[in-house]
Amino acid sequence: MLRFIVRRLLVTIPTILVVITITWGLIKLAPGNFYSGEKRLPPAIEKSIREKYGLDKPWYQQYGKTMWSIIRHLDFGTSLRFEGQSVNTIIRRSLPVSAAIGILAYLLALIVGITVGSIAALKQNSKWDYSSMALAMLGISVPNFVLGPILVLVFSLGLYWLPPSRWGGFPSRNLILPVLTLSAIYMAYIARLTRAGMLEVLRSDYIRTARAKGLRERDVVIRHALRGGLMPVISYTGPALAFLLTGTVVVERIFALPGLGNYFIQASLNRDEPLIIGIVAFIAITLLLMNLLVDIAYAFLDPRVRYQ
Amino acid sequence: MDKKPDRDKLIHVSPEVAIAEADVRSEEAGEFVRGTSLWRDAWRRLLKNKLAVFGLVVVAIVTLASLLGPTLIKRTFGFTPDYIPTDDIRLTRSFPPFTGPDGEFTWEHPMGTDNAGRDQFARVLQGGQISLFVGIIATLVSLLIGVGYGAIAGYFGGRLDNVMMRIVDVLYSLPYIIVVIVLLSMFRSQTPRGQLILLFIALGSVSWLTMARIVRGQVLSLKNQEFVLAARATGVSGTRIIFRHLVPNTLGPVIVYATLTIPQIMLTEAFLSFLGFGVQAPLASWGSLAADGVQNIAIFPWQLIFPGVTMALTLFSLNFLGDGLRDALDPQMRTV
Repeated sequence: MLRFIVRRLLVTIPTILVVITITWGLIKLAPGNFYSGEKRLPPAIEKSIREKYGLDKPWYQQYGKTMWSIIRHLDFGTSLRFEGQSVNTIIRRSLPVSAAIGILAYLLALIVGITVGSIAALKQNSKWDYSSMALAMLGISVPNFVLGPILVLVFSLGLYWLPPSRWGGFPSRNLILPVLTLSAIYMAYIARLTRAGMLEVLRSDYIRTARAKGLRERDVVIRHALRGGLMPVISYTGPALAFLLTGTVVVERIFALPGLGNYFIQASLNRDEPLIIGIVAFIAITLLLMNLLVDIAYAFLDPRVRYQ
Repeated sequence: MDKKPDRDKLIHVSPEVAIAEADVRSEEAGEFVRGTSLWRDAWRRLLKNKLAVFGLVVVAIVTLASLLGPTLIKRTFGFTPDYIPTDDIRLTRSFPPFTGPDGEFTWEHPMGTDNAGRDQFARVLQGGQISLFVGIIATLVSLLIGVGYGAIAGYFGGRLDNVMMRIVDVLYSLPYIIVVIVLLSMFRSQTPRGQLILLFIALGSVSWLTMARIVRGQVLSLKNQEFVLAARATGVSGTRIIFRHLVPNTLGPVIVYATLTIPQIMLTEAFLSFLGFGVQAPLASWGSLAADGVQNIAIFPWQLIFPGVTMALTLFSLNFLGDGLRDALDPQMRTV
């Protein structure tokens, strides 16, 4: 197990560096730069700014300096657009917003998805099964940027129940609509995965044994079937995290939330190089470490999986 | 699945037709068993699946409407999707569905108009052209890369396979959408067509991974069968074995997965266009139309609802069609 973790870490770290390098390379290869944008600066000022940020040096020195400060101090430099603010500060400030929405959305998706999926599997081919699976397909097909505004239209602008946008601190009514919007598609996926996993497990021998020895149906389902049936859901956690991250980008745009995704889009539109690299690196690190955790959790939960 | 020979039908078939359709007489019972090809079998199973048929019909209607709609509208009402009216009233107001300048009922704009007075229906249909086009082309790109890569890794095996699949594993764990956004925003093309091509490359080059895994798995299970041995014995080259003998045998799962890739790519395209990195004006896709509509959601909700609902309906149908195809072509793959 320890060997597995070490080996995975040995792959993960170079992967993160590769992601940073690709991002850096894309930015440098692309024509133009931050200063060729809408507001043109006088040449003398541009020159001194370039000197200040080290942009006048040859590319390998710039690359070396960027990578070194990331590896050594996890320091991503200073934002070009938000003058005087370090990328680390921006990430620290915006992460709680994204994390709050993302985690709440995932928890909601787990609770609803597993419940609905299990019921559908237990009552296979009933009208519950068909209607919940049709609903799940709908959840997969409706893009979140359509669902979000429609929810706003109904609950904020129509019924005046919930605020339509803006960040209102952690436990606040402002969170309800963004979380619902973000979690819809995961609810749907998790419901489908749970149903498929449960159907597979419910037909297996150990469930028959559990029933044969006279266990109550509730115990059979909760203690025995769910444990096996949820394995696909756990292995979906990795991809789900990746999608959650991209999902928050849209949701933060729709609801005007000051999260990581919103800063990332602004940085990409403004060519704010240090901020782009910082956020991409941060996302890559989070994602890869979470994937590793998921794999380890998987090994603990499923005794059939053994890593060499 | 109903595999019983369909006697009543066969009795009325003339002998020549029966022979032509490769009917065989089963030995014990002496009754007719129609020899069916994999494809005909799959088609029959697909037609039995109501949801899949629904999906097929909707996809066909949307595709046809997108292709022919703008021309028909031009013929009937005399405007193109990007026609901006010249009179003041039409230019300054967005009309609700089926409404004319004085609030009267008219068939002219069944989905209303947008801020510039352009007909929303024509725009949605034109957006459908772009959305479907992007979905299909990017899927083809991912198909080409994925099938080639997977087949080569699977056939040659050993160390090459190991390295190639390790690369796929690493790419799998990347936040690829984020990298695509960086790519699209940095290399933002000056022309809408250039941006579209960039979009194909970006979407196609990140969506081939699953395809490569599926094809590799198939090839691994096929490559030790007799027909490959026979081909090798007669001196057929490796490349030829891969592309003439192995790849055609993986078509079933490949088609199924490709059908499910199209809605995924369309969703990603819409997502990118919504954020402003995808399709550029004057071209429009469902994603960019929805992005325009979101700006005015409080006053002109139809600007978002029509492109959004059309898109959701199409994706819904494509997903059902894909699921149905999977059940029809590969009954073992279904989890139910």
